[in-house]
Amino acid sequence: MPVNKVVNNCDEAVADIPDGATIMIGGFGSFGGLPINLIVALANQGARNLTLIANMGGVGFELSHRIKPGGYQDLGILFENGQVAKFIGSVPALGGMPPTSPLERLHNEGKIEIEMVPQGTLAERIRCGAGGLGGFYTPVGAGTVIEKGKEKKVIDGKEYILELPLYADFALIKAHHADTLGNLVYKGTARCFNPVMAGAARITIVEVDKLVEPGQLDPEVVVTPHVYVDRIVEVPG
Amino acid sequence: MKSRLDEQTIALRAAGEFTDGSVVNLGYGMPGLCANFVPEGRTVFFQSENGILGYGSLATDTEKDYEMINASDQPVTALPGMCFFDSAVSFDMIRGGHVDIVVLGAYQVSEKGDLANWGRPGRPATGMGGGMDLAVGASKVIVTMLHTTKEGEPRILRECTFPLTARQCVDLIITDLAVIEITRDGLVLREIAPGWTAPEIQAVTGAELISAADLKEIEL
Repeated sequence: MPVNKVVNNCDEAVADIPDGATIMIGGFGSFGGLPINLIVALANQGARNLTLIANMGGVGFELSHRIKPGGYQDLGILFENGQVAKFIGSVPALGGMPPTSPLERLHNEGKIEIEMVPQGTLAERIRCGAGGLGGFYTPVGAGTVIEKGKEKKVIDGKEYILELPLYADFALIKAHHADTLGNLVYKGTARCFNPVMAGAARITIVEVDKLVEPGQLDPEVVVTPHVYVDRIVEVPG
Repeated sequence: MKSRLDEQTIALRAAGEFTDGSVVNLGYGMPGLCANFVPEGRTVFFQSENGILGYGSLATDTEKDYEMINASDQPVTALPGMCFFDSAVSFDMIRGGHVDIVVLGAYQVSEKGDLANWGRPGRPATGMGGGMDLAVGASKVIVTMLHTTKEGEPRILRECTFPLTARQCVDLIITDLAVIEITRDGLVLREIAPGWTAPEIQAVTGAELISAADLKEIEL
């Protein structure tokens, strides 16, 4: 674990992500908690043939105006750039939107593979990856297309399916404040998938609004302990 | 005169089911409107799967804070006692039976309470989000939806034809035309929209309805 984790900027933080990497991207999917500056840096860096693990596939800048005045950038930019081969998540596209998000369009053209995972199962598979577990049995998905090809088990009369851990090469996450060791606190609903993904990758990179010295975060309120964080970039909000 | 409930009125009727002290999750779309219709005198703790418990009504334009949103991307207001948590904790809460009521949208519901609310023909990339976890984990599942498709086809069916969210999970269906309870004996028609009769509701329903002994006009 590097002692000096602070990186100068987002471009530097994502510079060594190679083609073919598996990358977790935190947030919920829209503006809440997305490490958007790291995402844009990855788009500029240009790594291709990526597998992305994220809750939502993003709607892309064009459709984003329907959700937030002025619009916003999200994962859509990585699909638009043709950098992604496979997406693993719970909402590749929103049913309430036209089928023109970058991911849905490319999937319909047969250019991107999708692995659909119920949201709670996604969170738990990632937690297993970060926590060294081999998987878990869940009742969610039993009797649906999600159970296809999975081991089933009846426990106390209830049907469960086996779900396996997810682990990545890189995790890109967003936090509110970090100290230079990598202890993290979050803001509001921007927490979501970010603390779950921290540590579920070989290299966890966090984008923060503000960087402080060790001792300046109350240890009682630290959400992500610093062992899970490898690189920190401050992007003042 | 026959009338159909609009979305706000369907949400208002659904919110009438919220008991005092209950933990309630609101699904994507129409169910989110329920946050504005908590019955007077009742305390409800709204949970949203992106990691928030105890938020208030939907935010007005001047109150909007995009780090205070529900799972439908709608900014919400803060209430004293509100708390935040991560997605893994949120779904422990949901699967573990700590959410009392969930209100979900639907494409189809079967007479046994099977729910289909995430996939439909021609849209293979739309996902279930937290719908499967909520349908399995919440103690009571309420569906709010339009009674028929745009083409007038029934959405309440003997068997769902769209991919399932979960089997035998729905307890109550609230549509623009009726309130229907799913019981062991079948679908019980409890309330109907103003001006409609039970046979007229049956004609736009794809499964057999049992009229409740105390069948009445929808109460708001």
